[in-house]
Amino acid sequence: MISQALLRGLNGKAMWVVALLVAAAILVPASNLLLPAGHPLRVPNYLVPLMGKYLCYAMLALALDLVWGYCGILSLGHGAFFALGGYAMGMYLMRQIGDRGVYGNPDLPDFMVFLNWDALPWYWQGFDMFWFAMLMVMVVPGLLAFVFGWFAFRSRVTGVYLSIITQAMTYALLLAFFRNDMGFGGNNGLTDFKDILGASVQAGGTRAALFAASALMLAAAFVVCSAIVNSKLGKLMIAVRDAESRTRFLGFRPEYVKLFAFVVSAVIAGIAGALYVPQVGIINPGEFAPANSIEVVIWAAVGGRGSLIGPIIGAILVNVMKSYFTVAYPNLWLFALGGMFVFVTLFMPKGIVGFLSGRRWPGRPARTTTDAGLDTAKPSPAE
Amino acid sequence: MAASLDPGHRLRPLPNCPSGTSLMIRTFAARWLACLALGLLFSLNGAYAQEAPIDPAGPVADLVRQLPDGSYRDRGAVIGELAATGDSALVPLLRTLEAGELFLLTETGAIVTIEPEGDEVVATDVLTGEAIGTFGEDAVEEIRVNNLIRREVRAAVSQLTLMSDSPSVRIAAAREMFNGANADSIPMLDEALAQEDNETVRAVMEEVRAVAVLRSDAGPDETAAAVDTIIERGGRQALGILQASLGSASADVAPAIEAGIARIERNLALWGVGQNIWYGLSLGSVLLLAAIGLAITFGVMGVINMAHGEMVMLGAYTTYVVQEIIRNAAPGLFDYSLAFALPLAFLVTALVGIAIERGVIRFLYGRPLETLLATWGLSLIIQQAVRTIFGASNREVGNPSWMSGAFEVGGLAITNNRLWIIVFSLVVFAVLVFVMKKTALGLHMRAVTQNRRMASSMGIRTPWVDAMTFGLGSGVAGLAGVALSQISNVSPNLGQGYIIDSFMVVVFGGVGNLWGTLVGAFTLGVFNKLLEPHTGAVLAKVLVLVAIILFIQKRPRGLFALKGRAVEA
Repeated sequence: MISQALLRGLNGKAMWVVALLVAAAILVPASNLLLPAGHPLRVPNYLVPLMGKYLCYAMLALALDLVWGYCGILSLGHGAFFALGGYAMGMYLMRQIGDRGVYGNPDLPDFMVFLNWDALPWYWQGFDMFWFAMLMVMVVPGLLAFVFGWFAFRSRVTGVYLSIITQAMTYALLLAFFRNDMGFGGNNGLTDFKDILGASVQAGGTRAALFAASALMLAAAFVVCSAIVNSKLGKLMIAVRDAESRTRFLGFRPEYVKLFAFVVSAVIAGIAGALYVPQVGIINPGEFAPANSIEVVIWAAVGGRGSLIGPIIGAILVNVMKSYFTVAYPNLWLFALGGMFVFVTLFMPKGIVGFLSGRRWPGRPARTTTDAGLDTAKPSPAE
Repeated sequence: MAASLDPGHRLRPLPNCPSGTSLMIRTFAARWLACLALGLLFSLNGAYAQEAPIDPAGPVADLVRQLPDGSYRDRGAVIGELAATGDSALVPLLRTLEAGELFLLTETGAIVTIEPEGDEVVATDVLTGEAIGTFGEDAVEEIRVNNLIRREVRAAVSQLTLMSDSPSVRIAAAREMFNGANADSIPMLDEALAQEDNETVRAVMEEVRAVAVLRSDAGPDETAAAVDTIIERGGRQALGILQASLGSASADVAPAIEAGIARIERNLALWGVGQNIWYGLSLGSVLLLAAIGLAITFGVMGVINMAHGEMVMLGAYTTYVVQEIIRNAAPGLFDYSLAFALPLAFLVTALVGIAIERGVIRFLYGRPLETLLATWGLSLIIQQAVRTIFGASNREVGNPSWMSGAFEVGGLAITNNRLWIIVFSLVVFAVLVFVMKKTALGLHMRAVTQNRRMASSMGIRTPWVDAMTFGLGSGVAGLAGVALSQISNVSPNLGQGYIIDSFMVVVFGGVGNLWGTLVGAFTLGVFNKLLEPHTGAVLAKVLVLVAIILFIQKRPRGLFALKGRAVEA
């Protein structure tokens, strides 16, 4: 049944996306590794991890879109799940350093030696094993999302209230991870990685492999999301988004629908974070900053929420712009970003995808097209 | 050394000395002047006041003239005799001596202070206070002091000031002795106590005497009484004195001292809690100021204004600009700078707020999540604009003189600026409650909050109310900015630091209810500050955030939720 659902997820458009991502996963590493330096078609070394980073962001935006675009939950704390996945991966990478750290301690990461700790804390146990770390990459964000969502959705915390407390969640984690006592490297975070699965993280081959892994995981996440939104459950999610009370009166349990979407989304975000960390080489508490999470929202909004392809386009587009602006016009970037927030919400509520397709989305009445995430009985506009 | 250890010599009772008594009468007026000068001396914290003249022909003057003669021990005895005269006009002279600034004019034997003038010095007779002329540097000789002399001088000054006519001088003298009192001081204090009729001064002197007794080898009964007196006084100083005396205390009084230490520590801990509550109220007032504007906009329009923090920041920068203009144009008006800044900040931020409402938000009504995003975008733009204009670094905003300084109430240290901000936040709150309850605008705002459509049907221009509400909320944020500029750095990121906390306050207190915001702000502030000593600042904040997240589960609409159909989501 699950394979059936996945197959259904691979309809028309999705097929194209997956094919494109798989092609990228093959062609980019091939061009980088096989073509000689200076060849016009060769992807330069610096670009490989950069593009890998964009794909991780795209995955994060996709995860957010699953809850925001389809379930009406505007999470301002998705960066937290991303960072938690990243920290799980970072812990694995730290353990792989072994005795090559500055202090040469075979068991303890440098910052613990520095803090005079004499043993690994219990929550660091097991992270020397890759499979365990990968499990934690999914379990930790998933568990946090489950507990958080369980409480929030059951007590019917909705709308802006939910947005604000997700923001509070990531803010609390930001402050907590800044503490040295937490055992996650405090302010500096985890960095100075050496090996992943026995291969040096700096090596060209590893970077190419990480890029390919990012592209393939994004494709997989896309298929899963596509399968979910095209299933009956997906219809239910849209129903919850557009009219939660009505859905409840019809006998469904919106809180479980939301909880499911929220947890799946958190797991995808966690995986994105885990792929992100070895490619940028550092994870620190800054990733928990509320501003980061809000930026993810604008990626999804620019691309077009409520369509799975939109957030991917949006994330890549905005981040390419960011890379360009912060180098060429560093003072203008925040103007551009802020302007984007205003412009998109005012003039392109459906994002680029909605703008290009120029037609109504299936299954949504025109009036509420832009009202995603709204409860039905909010004060209506001053018409 | 023997002289300094002989208490009778230094502390000879002075009123029994006939020459002292007659002198006291003769120089009564002069002593009044001296007391004034002394009051000034204490208020200036060690600055030397102009000394009042001493009768150059009298016996006191003769004693003064003996100061340069003989061995240190002889001169110490002279100082003791000076103290015995009880003439407090001598105090400035003695302090000058202690500082090593008293000279002997070798030619005439006059005692002088000198002011260098080129290669020469201008000498002033300390007895008459008159300048006697300009001399070569060789003509004067410093009256040398060593530690023995300094000790004698300090004892003499204590004795003279304890007998001063001004209670404030006496009390200050006694307080000054608190740490240094020892067995030698007891007769002097007894003397002073015998004459003292001011209750407050008496109490302080008794305390000092208790310290002296504790340090002497007095009998157990007397020591026990002294310990009781010190315990009664309390405070950190007393704690230190008791702890120091514990080592040398006899077995009889040691338990009493230990019990006293425990009691003072308990008291200090209680005051510590009180201090933390005060800090909490202070934090709460800041939160209240930052959140109350948000509560208005959120309550009335259901709009989350993410640019609210930037309104606070604009208010702070308005203060900065106003102060810069005043500094350059009219420095004398600096103390009134906040009076100019408040209305200006309100105006500036209210206009920006109305512009945002008319330009962006009104197109997004009914879509609160999109409003949130658009205002976030605006906040980035405003921040970057301020950074471009004023630079990214912190700007200095000064405190007017009436806002700086601090005072103590019991064991609480209270800084003036924090106190003013608490007062200010309550005033702003009261004004807003008045606006909401008693004015037409408030009536309309409440109507729109409760039922927008019905309000519209009744002829209320809801778009106009929205714009005014947003202007009011933003203006209040500007006022908050003026207040915050007094206690924190003014930088483009100022608002960011407060925005999440303000949201927490609004969500915790409940939307559409100013009282909820008031209670929410002070509860969170006090809760936070009470946690801090136990957990550290960061963990306290984390715990507060977690507590709020859990609280929202229990009461999704906040502490004081609006009731009725309007809020049914």
